[in-house]
Amino acid sequence: MDLGNSQAVQLYEKMLLIRRFEEQSGRLYMQGKINGFLHLYIGEEAIAVGAISSLRDDDYIITHYRDHGHALARGVHPNLIMAELMGKVTGTSGGKGGSMHIFDVSKGFMGGHAIVGGQMPLAAGLALAIKYRGEDRAVLCVFGDGAVNEGSFHETMNLASLWKLPIIFLLENNLYGMGTHIERTRAGGKDIYLNADAYKIPAAQIDGMDVVAVRDSFTEALERIRAGEGPVFLEAMTYRFVGHSLQDPQSYRESAEVDQWRIRDPIDTFREASFVDGLLDDGQITRIGERVDAAISEAIAFAEQSDEPGPEALFENVEG
Amino acid sequence: MGEITLRDAVTRGLTEALDTDERVFLMGEDIGSYQGPYAVTKGLLEKYGHERIKDTPISEGVVVGAAVGAAMAGLRPIVEIMTINFLLLAMDMVVNHAAKLRYMSNGQIQVPMVIRTVTGGGAQLGATHSQSLEGWFASVPGLKVAAPSDPYDALGLLRTAIADEDPVIFAEHARLYQVRGDVPDDYYAIPFGQAKVKRAGDDVTLVAYSRGVHTALEAAAILEKKGVDAEVIDLRTLRPLDTATVLASVEKTNRVIVVDEAWRSGGFGAEVASMIQENAFDSLDGPVGRVAGLEVPAPYNGTLEASALPDASQIVSTIEDIFGI
Repeated sequence: MDLGNSQAVQLYEKMLLIRRFEEQSGRLYMQGKINGFLHLYIGEEAIAVGAISSLRDDDYIITHYRDHGHALARGVHPNLIMAELMGKVTGTSGGKGGSMHIFDVSKGFMGGHAIVGGQMPLAAGLALAIKYRGEDRAVLCVFGDGAVNEGSFHETMNLASLWKLPIIFLLENNLYGMGTHIERTRAGGKDIYLNADAYKIPAAQIDGMDVVAVRDSFTEALERIRAGEGPVFLEAMTYRFVGHSLQDPQSYRESAEVDQWRIRDPIDTFREASFVDGLLDDGQITRIGERVDAAISEAIAFAEQSDEPGPEALFENVEG
Repeated sequence: MGEITLRDAVTRGLTEALDTDERVFLMGEDIGSYQGPYAVTKGLLEKYGHERIKDTPISEGVVVGAAVGAAMAGLRPIVEIMTINFLLLAMDMVVNHAAKLRYMSNGQIQVPMVIRTVTGGGAQLGATHSQSLEGWFASVPGLKVAAPSDPYDALGLLRTAIADEDPVIFAEHARLYQVRGDVPDDYYAIPFGQAKVKRAGDDVTLVAYSRGVHTALEAAAILEKKGVDAEVIDLRTLRPLDTATVLASVEKTNRVIVVDEAWRSGGFGAEVASMIQENAFDSLDGPVGRVAGLEVPAPYNGTLEASALPDASQIVSTIEDIFGI
C-alpha cells in the first residue's frame, strides 16, 4: 500500500472508532438508553474514513441518516454524538436532532438528513455558494443506493453538471434500500455509476471495502473539482453487516450473504494488509484499540452524565 | 411618494436588495432571459448578470433545495416559483428541510431565504393552476408566510422577508399585480405579525388577506349603503398571525366574518375562526361566519370558476343570514 505509517494509524484508528462506537450504540439502544431509529454504519467504515481523510477542513460534508460514521470521520467529538443519541442537552443539537440529524457546522458537517435523497439539493446549494464566492472548496454529498430513484437525485445531478458545481457525489451502494435489493428497485441494477453519464458527470465504481482505494479515488476527484471542472460521481460498493436499523428483522437476506461480505471486513483487511506491509505492528494495534475503547467509554460516560434538555429548550430555535 | 403597481413594488424590493447586499441572488424559472413569467424580474438580468439572476431548469425541487443549501452557507437567496401550485414539487424541500434545519441543528444552521410565488385563482387557468395554498405553509413551525394586498404592503413586507433569518413564503396574488397604490420614496418596512385595519367600522369585522381584502372592502362599500359599518382587517402575514388586532376588532364589533379564497375544509380561515372563538367567545353575538372557496377543483369555465370563489355579495348575504343585519 502506498501509505505512510502515521497515515495507516489514522485510517485504522478512525475506522475502529466508528466500529466500536456503533457496536456500543447498538448495545445502548437495546438497553433503552438510545431511542427512536438507529442506523448503524458497521461494514461501511472504509468509505467515510477514506473519503473524509482526503478532504480539507473548509470543505462541506452533507450526508444521509446513517451519519455517525461520517461525523466521527470528520472529527466531530464522539462525546457530542453519543450525547445526541441519548437525547442530552450536551449533544450536537442539544438532544433535538437525534441519531439521524447530526450537525456540527464548526466542522463543515452540514447534517445528517433523513428524507431519502433530501440532502442532495442542499448539497447543490452549498456548492452554489462556494462557486458564487469564487472559492475552491468542495462539497462531499453522501447518499445511498435507495436515493437514486428519487427525483431529487436526478434533479441535483442535472443542475450540478449544468452549473459545474464543486460536488463529489459519493454513492454508498450497500445493495439494499431498507430491505429491498437494488435488483428489484432499479432498472439496470447495481451499476449506478453508469447513470452519471446521462448527466455528463465523470464517474467510477470503487471498492468501498478498501479504505486506501476510496482515498486515492477521492484525491484524484477533488483535484478536478477544485480546478472548477464540475462534479464527480463515485459509487463505492459496500455492505452493511447489520440491519437497516435496530428494528430490522433482516428477513430479506440470507446469513450466508452477510458472511460472504464479512470476510471482506474493511477494518480486518486493512489491519492485516498494514501488518504485512510493516505499517502497523502488534504494539500499535493494541494501543490503538485501547485508545479507541477509552474514547468510547468516555463518550458513553459523558452522555450518561449529561442532563436532559430543560423545558425551555422546547421552543428554542424554531425561528430566529 | 408615488403611485405604482404591486408588480413594480415587488420589483423595487428585489432591485434594492440586489443593490445593497451581495449575498442576495435570484433564482427561478424564466426569471432572466424571458424577463419573468409575471414580468416581476423584468430588466434584472441585464442589470445584474447571470451570476445573480439565475435562470433554472424546470426542476422546482432542486431549485428550492439549492436555495436552502446556499442559505445554509450564508447567502440570501430569493427564489421565484412560478405559481404556488408548482411549489408542491418542492414541498419536501420547504417543509422537511427549510423549516426544520434551524431546530434540528439547534441553531447551528439558519435558512434566510425567500420563496416568492404566485397564488390564487380567477384567471381561468384550470384546477392545477388556480389554488390558494399559502395556508398549508402557514401551519408549519419554522416557516413564515406573507401575503400582501397592495403595493405599500408588498414592498414593506418584502423588505422584512429578505431581512428575515428564516425561510419566508411570499405569496403574490396573480390578480393583484396591477393594483395601484402609493408607496413612499423613504425607506420603511412592515414587521411580520402586524395586521392592518384597512377600514374602520363598528358593526361587523371582516378578516381577510391578499385578494380577499379587496373582496371584503367591496362588501364593506355595499354594507355601508345598507347602514352597516364594517371594519376590514388585512392580516398581511398568516404566520406569524396578529391575533391581537383581530381580537380587538371583534371585541368592538361583536360580529365577525372570515374571508378566505382557499377551500373551507382545513383552510386558513378555519384557523382564524377557531382562534377567534377560543379567545373572544364572550364578545360574539353569533357564530364566526366564513366565506371561503367552494369545495371543488377550480373549473376552467369563467362563470363556474367565479361562482366557486368568494365575492362581496356572499359576504353581505352571510352577514344578513347570521346576524339579521
